[in-house]
Amino acid sequence: MSAIQRNMSLTGEPPKSINTLQKIATLIGLSGLVIILLAGFNLEFPNKPLWLWVALFAITAGIVLFAKGAYANKHEGIKNDGIWFKSITSRGYLAWVTGILLTSFYIVLYFFPQFLGLNEKGDNTGIISFFDPLSKMLSGNPASQWFVYGTLYTVAIFSFGIKFIWKYRNNRYEKIRTISVMFFQTAFAFLIPEFMARMNSDSFNLPYYDLKNIWPLNYYNFEQYRVDSFISSGDVGIGLLIFGVISIFVITPILTYKYGKRWYCSWVCGCGGLAETAGDSFRQLSDKSESAWKIERWVIHSVLVFVVVMTTAVISTYLGYDSEKYWLTKDIFLIGVAVFLTVLFAGIWFFKREELKKDARYGAIGYLVIILALMGMHFTTGKTLFLFEAETLRQSYGFLIGAIFSGVIGTGFYPIFGSRVWCRFGCPMAAVLGMQQRLFSKFRITTNGGQCISCGNCSTYCEMGIDVRAYAQKGENIVRSSCVGCGICSAVCPRGVLKLENGPLEGRIKGNDILLGNDVNLMEYVNN
Amino acid sequence: MEHIVIIGNGIAGVTAARHIRKLSDKKITIISAEADHFFSRTALMYVYMGHMRWRDIEPYEKGFWKKNRLELKKGLVKNVDTASKTLQFSEADSMNYDKLIIACGSVTNTFGWEGLDLNGVGGMVSKQDLEDIEKFAPNNKECPNAVIVGGGLIGVELAEMLRTRNIHVTMLVRENAFWTNALPAGEAEMLSRHIQSHGVHLRHETNLDKIIGDENGNVKGVILKEGQEEIPCKFVGITTGVKPNIQFLKDSGIDTDRGILVNRKLETNVEDVFAIGDCAQQRQTIGNRAPVEAVWYTGRMMGEALAQTICGKSFEYNPGHWFNSAKFFDIEYQTYGWVQPKDRRKDSEAQFHWKCTSDQRCITVSYHKETGEFLGINTFGIRMKHEVMDQWLNEKRSIDFVIENLKQANFDPEFYKKYESEILSEFKQNQPITT
Repeated sequence: MSAIQRNMSLTGEPPKSINTLQKIATLIGLSGLVIILLAGFNLEFPNKPLWLWVALFAITAGIVLFAKGAYANKHEGIKNDGIWFKSITSRGYLAWVTGILLTSFYIVLYFFPQFLGLNEKGDNTGIISFFDPLSKMLSGNPASQWFVYGTLYTVAIFSFGIKFIWKYRNNRYEKIRTISVMFFQTAFAFLIPEFMARMNSDSFNLPYYDLKNIWPLNYYNFEQYRVDSFISSGDVGIGLLIFGVISIFVITPILTYKYGKRWYCSWVCGCGGLAETAGDSFRQLSDKSESAWKIERWVIHSVLVFVVVMTTAVISTYLGYDSEKYWLTKDIFLIGVAVFLTVLFAGIWFFKREELKKDARYGAIGYLVIILALMGMHFTTGKTLFLFEAETLRQSYGFLIGAIFSGVIGTGFYPIFGSRVWCRFGCPMAAVLGMQQRLFSKFRITTNGGQCISCGNCSTYCEMGIDVRAYAQKGENIVRSSCVGCGICSAVCPRGVLKLENGPLEGRIKGNDILLGNDVNLMEYVNN
Repeated sequence: MEHIVIIGNGIAGVTAARHIRKLSDKKITIISAEADHFFSRTALMYVYMGHMRWRDIEPYEKGFWKKNRLELKKGLVKNVDTASKTLQFSEADSMNYDKLIIACGSVTNTFGWEGLDLNGVGGMVSKQDLEDIEKFAPNNKECPNAVIVGGGLIGVELAEMLRTRNIHVTMLVRENAFWTNALPAGEAEMLSRHIQSHGVHLRHETNLDKIIGDENGNVKGVILKEGQEEIPCKFVGITTGVKPNIQFLKDSGIDTDRGILVNRKLETNVEDVFAIGDCAQQRQTIGNRAPVEAVWYTGRMMGEALAQTICGKSFEYNPGHWFNSAKFFDIEYQTYGWVQPKDRRKDSEAQFHWKCTSDQRCITVSYHKETGEFLGINTFGIRMKHEVMDQWLNEKRSIDFVIENLKQANFDPEFYKKYESEILSEFKQNQPITT
């Protein structure tokens, strides 16, 4: 008997990794990418629109055919065979290559768009100009780096969505949910904003607005240039501005109350959509340790505070002091924010204190005190709000959170850290929804009596790094703020233990440490 | 401080340890020769299949043991001296205990066939078994063919494992369908078809005669009793059940039969020595339960009950209604109460069987022929709520009530197709069907 714990995955030998159809699919898909890459070298394609369509079609077809090769000849059911043996899904060589390529792409996209062919002064060149025909068809304008990104993003969600549906075709929840994210990406994130841009004229100038992209995820939604263009676009613009406000303060709490944060994170959101489709192969890479959970709680709530502070500062800079011009002045706004945060905090403290862990209490008190103290200093000493210029805050947030965290790390590192790093550690929207879900929601994952065998499939395949098993094996419901309700834990459970449910608030969080099946008196004795 | 020593770090021993810790400050030591930490035995298959790594099937993080002051000792107990309350290990060291809990589990049960000692012959019970399977059946080049002896829960898991590496699997089953000693015929036959659809060569009514090897002591095939047919293979999986792992207790003075004999308080004949889990055998049978129950859940429940007794609140092991679950390739199975196979069915038990046209799901509900009392349910491909089934069994509901209210017990994920109305209409048309 050896004392060394051999990691069996190291010795495991999967069957021949890909079949003929998958090889052909890889060829087709990669040739699509190569066409786009060649465009980057300013290769003059004779018929640009045609070649663009060929490239996009090849990428989509490659992914879909690959999925066909992987799943079509297999039974309906869970398909995780060999996940921990394959290089791409177990942080092997292919995973690192993919991670580095993706990360480089994001760095170029965010910081060096000129390499993609962006030309501020004249016509675009390279890859961006390659996408001009499509952009002109949709919005009438030439493409930008964001149009290129948006197109590829939509292609990824669409084609990997088909792969996902094929893989989980035994599960209607997964199928419907995936159709939903494919729809919201294609219609709301991609097409509608382009069509809105087409309506713009000199007198009517809506900003680019993905309606489902809600502040604080859409951290720039209330910046001056956007608010100005909303206001300048008449009733429609005002309507959209109001929609942006009620999205976060009215619609979001109601839907999260009824269905949990999944209505957004795994049914609607674009970041979630990419994670669920293109990122599905990497969901098992999330860190399940308790220490990761602790880091997660501090980091994500710090980002939320950051975005609140930044947005408050930015809005207050363009509001005036004179209440005769407009009722909402700088002072009224700041006092309003302070009152709102205090009331919100007091409400949670009064009604839900028992449900907060110790570090959550410390964190909440700490952050509130700091924000109120900074505002107080602003009013008493006239110092710059939050000690920094609003513009500095805005730029740092955009750089650190908007670009580095959500893009470069969040997506570029899919094959290393798993698919939901941004959603779990960084997204301020997820933090807001998570608080609502933990404290005011009907959603929970229920466990089934005493049927859990502690196998660990649920925890392993939780993309949010929740140790689902730790609850299931105790017979506890899972009510975690980070749960995005993807439903995969329930899908991979071999014993039918987990179910996503919306139900009554009573008994939602229960901590009975005795599972069903044993002596009734014993269970009662232990529970009392 | 009282020293509680637990032999075995499986579900029974670890559950007992956890609950003793919750109730007391006693010193607790858990001994295992098999693995450094508790792991989910039922998840062994997923490591070979590449669904999880070894560390993923360990339910607790490494810091858990220290935090809860559960001392872990790696070693093989060779002998138990109950007079001096001492354990002797194979590495010549020893350990004293005040109370001893034996939770050492099972080993593979065999029928003494010739060739069991060849390389490439083994069960699928322990971590070491898994390492052997990895060694002798790593892929379909080194092991193009494998034979599994026995059609039961472990056999089908092993078949599923080997199929993920495209190894051709022949499964020898004594009966005329899969697991007929536990399942009614309709279910067993459906499962047989499903297993075959996964490329397993299922040989019903076939018995192993002997296992043959080559000059190097490696397995090269099996010979069947039927016509002395030879099936060449590089790996033979023995999955004809398990038996208590009690060899080391031979000279201990602890009463054993098939397993370690215990009373309802899980006490052995020797004071301060207890046995729980797979290795325990009830002196008095409990209801329809087997005296030796090698099931994850019963191990856990015995651990829960014994922890109370050890901590001064004396409790009998008094399990509630029988339940169990499994997964056969893609088909999930749950059972609540008793649905007996033909051989064990009493005259008073009748059964209603419904099968979906997909041949992927079915249910069997058993009830008392005269009174109509609901006795148990087997479901395949439909998840049921444990709590509701338990309650209906407690309330002695009628079969009509159960079928009519089946929706309340459904635990399938949201948006799944529901079959309750189909089941109800079939019940109304054809009741009662007994095979």
